[in-house]
Amino acid sequence: MTTPSPTPRPMRNPGSPRGEPLVWMSAMGLTLGLTMVLGLLLVIFSEGLASFWPRHVEQFTLVEGSRGQIAGSRVIAGEILVDRAKRLVGSEEPQRELQVFVGNRDIYKLGFQWLDVNEIESRSRPEDLILIERMEYGDAIGTAVKLIQADGTEVAFGTAAFETELVRLTELAEERRDEILAIEKSQIGSINRTMDELAIRKRSLEQPADPKVVASIDAKLAEQQGLYETLAAKSKELRQRQKLEKLVYTLPTGGENTIEVGNIIGHYYPNQLGPFARFKRFISNGVAFVWENPREANTEGGIFPAIFGTFIMTILMSAAVVPFGVVAAIYLREYARQGPVVRAVRIAVNNLAGVPSIVFGVFGLGFFVYVVGANMDEWLFSDRLPTPTFGTGGIMWASLTLALMTVPVVIVATEEAISAVPRGAKEGSLAMGASKWQTIQRIVLPASAPGILTGLILAMARGAGEVAPLMLVGVVKLAPSLPVDGIWKSTDIIPMVHLDQKFMHLGFHIYDLGFQSPDSDAAKPMVFATTLFLILLVVGLNITAILLRERLRRKYKASTF
Amino acid sequence: METKDPSAPARPAAVASSLPTQAPVASGAISIQKYDFFYGKAQAIHCVDLEIPSKQVTAFIGPSGCGKSTLLRNFNRMNDLIDGISHNGDILINGRSIYEPGLEVTSLRKRIGMVFQKSNPFPKTIFENVVYGLRVAGVNNKAELERICEEALRGSALWEEAKDRLHESAFGLSGGQQQRLCIARAIAVQPEILLMDEPCSALDPIATGKVEELIFELKKTFTVVIVTHSMQQAARVSDQTAFFYLGKLIEFDETKTIFTNPSNKKTEEYITGRFG
Repeated sequence: MTTPSPTPRPMRNPGSPRGEPLVWMSAMGLTLGLTMVLGLLLVIFSEGLASFWPRHVEQFTLVEGSRGQIAGSRVIAGEILVDRAKRLVGSEEPQRELQVFVGNRDIYKLGFQWLDVNEIESRSRPEDLILIERMEYGDAIGTAVKLIQADGTEVAFGTAAFETELVRLTELAEERRDEILAIEKSQIGSINRTMDELAIRKRSLEQPADPKVVASIDAKLAEQQGLYETLAAKSKELRQRQKLEKLVYTLPTGGENTIEVGNIIGHYYPNQLGPFARFKRFISNGVAFVWENPREANTEGGIFPAIFGTFIMTILMSAAVVPFGVVAAIYLREYARQGPVVRAVRIAVNNLAGVPSIVFGVFGLGFFVYVVGANMDEWLFSDRLPTPTFGTGGIMWASLTLALMTVPVVIVATEEAISAVPRGAKEGSLAMGASKWQTIQRIVLPASAPGILTGLILAMARGAGEVAPLMLVGVVKLAPSLPVDGIWKSTDIIPMVHLDQKFMHLGFHIYDLGFQSPDSDAAKPMVFATTLFLILLVVGLNITAILLRERLRRKYKASTF
Repeated sequence: METKDPSAPARPAAVASSLPTQAPVASGAISIQKYDFFYGKAQAIHCVDLEIPSKQVTAFIGPSGCGKSTLLRNFNRMNDLIDGISHNGDILINGRSIYEPGLEVTSLRKRIGMVFQKSNPFPKTIFENVVYGLRVAGVNNKAELERICEEALRGSALWEEAKDRLHESAFGLSGGQQQRLCIARAIAVQPEILLMDEPCSALDPIATGKVEELIFELKKTFTVVIVTHSMQQAARVSDQTAFFYLGKLIEFDETKTIFTNPSNKKTEEYITGRFG
């Protein structure tokens, strides 16, 4: 007897049986995501790099009564930064406006000006316009008149000697600036430190103090004071010397201005640059941005301390998070008895990854700084109190706070990597008489190394980008010195690494530039450029870790991670 | 225990026998006494009494699930890795109980080598694989390690094939070579006993043949206990054979006797292929 064929059930899935629409939708989603990432990178790269490109300086003659006038002059000159359609209410005619960087902030009190295109009578690009980069007040735009030497002789613009002399004097001025910096920062700095140490030693003497000891300390103090005075005098002399040569130039709006050559960093003629020279200047602007220190409340100059601070902090954070995370993961996976307690711990660890980062900042402040730091100060640095050493924010607490924030990622990645090591290898090791720890140390950990590095990459990516917690535990707008330099301070736990020092950070720098600067227009190109370098730094760290992981993968091929 | 003497009469099937534990023991002899073994509540091994002689090859045969692998893994206490196990009775190696309270399991395992069913070379170079046991025991002298490595690789008939790639990954070897590497690794530490849990089940006939030749050589120096599913292999390779069924030892005798004239009906049914 034949069994009746079952009634066919209607297919629930939409589309063809092979699920093609769903495949297309996934592809679309992926493409959308990738496009957004690429679009973001493109915007940052183009805006960031554009800020280094040396532009032409245009001279505008405005109509009578134009709102674009500066200092009553109808003639202004500057670099065009933005050209956009003007937003007007109730007008049908399309209007355009230009944002122009006019420089000369010391005279104009502003750096940027918006010009309505309709109000521009004529435009030109005078060849003679000079752009002078200065230590104070940013760039100056004008036409050079003459150079006044130290002895009073004048070298007029237009003569062959003008250019060579200006270049030579600028170079000398830079050398003197470096010398002043060396005297003030390193030499006087070290005298200050020595005097601080002596003062602390004097303060901590047991009362009643032995007058001979007091006298010897006082003598040393006097000696240091003498050295300081010599150096201070030298520095003052150099500073005076910087003021001797002057450059006179006329402003596009009319009138003359004189600046000291000691104030000049460099100059160029923006409308005379050929494409190759322009490109060279572009590269040098970019390099200067990376290597120089910031000036003018972070709106001018470079971001080197921020790059360095971010880099050191990320390294310290990685050094803290990897041992801690790996050991915790080994314990959870290999040693702890698997039961409700271990499950609860695992859930807690996973949830830690979802806690908002500012909470970690508050924890870092409350626990690391106020409890651990304060106790460290009492225990180790009591002679410096009430000035806190570790009882205040610093790079060590910042790194530890971020390490705490990113440790769940490392624990999870390590646990996965450990469980992916084939059981046969572990059994084989135990059968050879190795103890559990030896098996972990010799077989499991080397085989899991690629997975652990994956966890580290994820941790670094998260940690390098967080700003909120750092603001509470050690990042500042402007740090006077780098956290790692050649100086060995008495508060250093690791020589030359000043763990108690506050530092600068790229993420915070972006926030500071974008929202805290007095002139947000001036800061805009720097915001993009800083973001660009933050991305490059994180990508650089990740690529290093990825390359390291590839090398380890090839060495320990059994790992599936 | 008894030395091998072909002219001696075959031993009667020993389901239960009592042997003096104080008698002088040869190196590498295993004595299993009234041994029960439990995975939790399930009993896997029922009251086994067995004397495994030293420097001979003993084969454990029997259908799947009869407890032979379990018993083998208990000799070096590898089953301790599983939760909830328990046992009754005792296993003595060289006259000393392996369950002695003060005994370090790692020192026990250093004297017993194990080769697993699926070859499991470590994710390291060939050289590091072979000397792993030595490094774990604290030997780090480079010259010493190289000498022992060559000896072990010669001993497992892998030297000619491996000597030019000692510092390449062990995963570059073929399956049969990897198994021989595992054997080399096991014998490098000069254990007294070598346990082999179906060592050839994942190998092709030629590799199997090589490993079997190896076992012939190995028994001159080590006591070998081999669990095998292949009765032909047991017949070829071993001196004694123990037949297990449902966790009980059914018959234990010289291989010749087991395969030509077994005393127990179950044994005869198994070797003639009526079940298993």
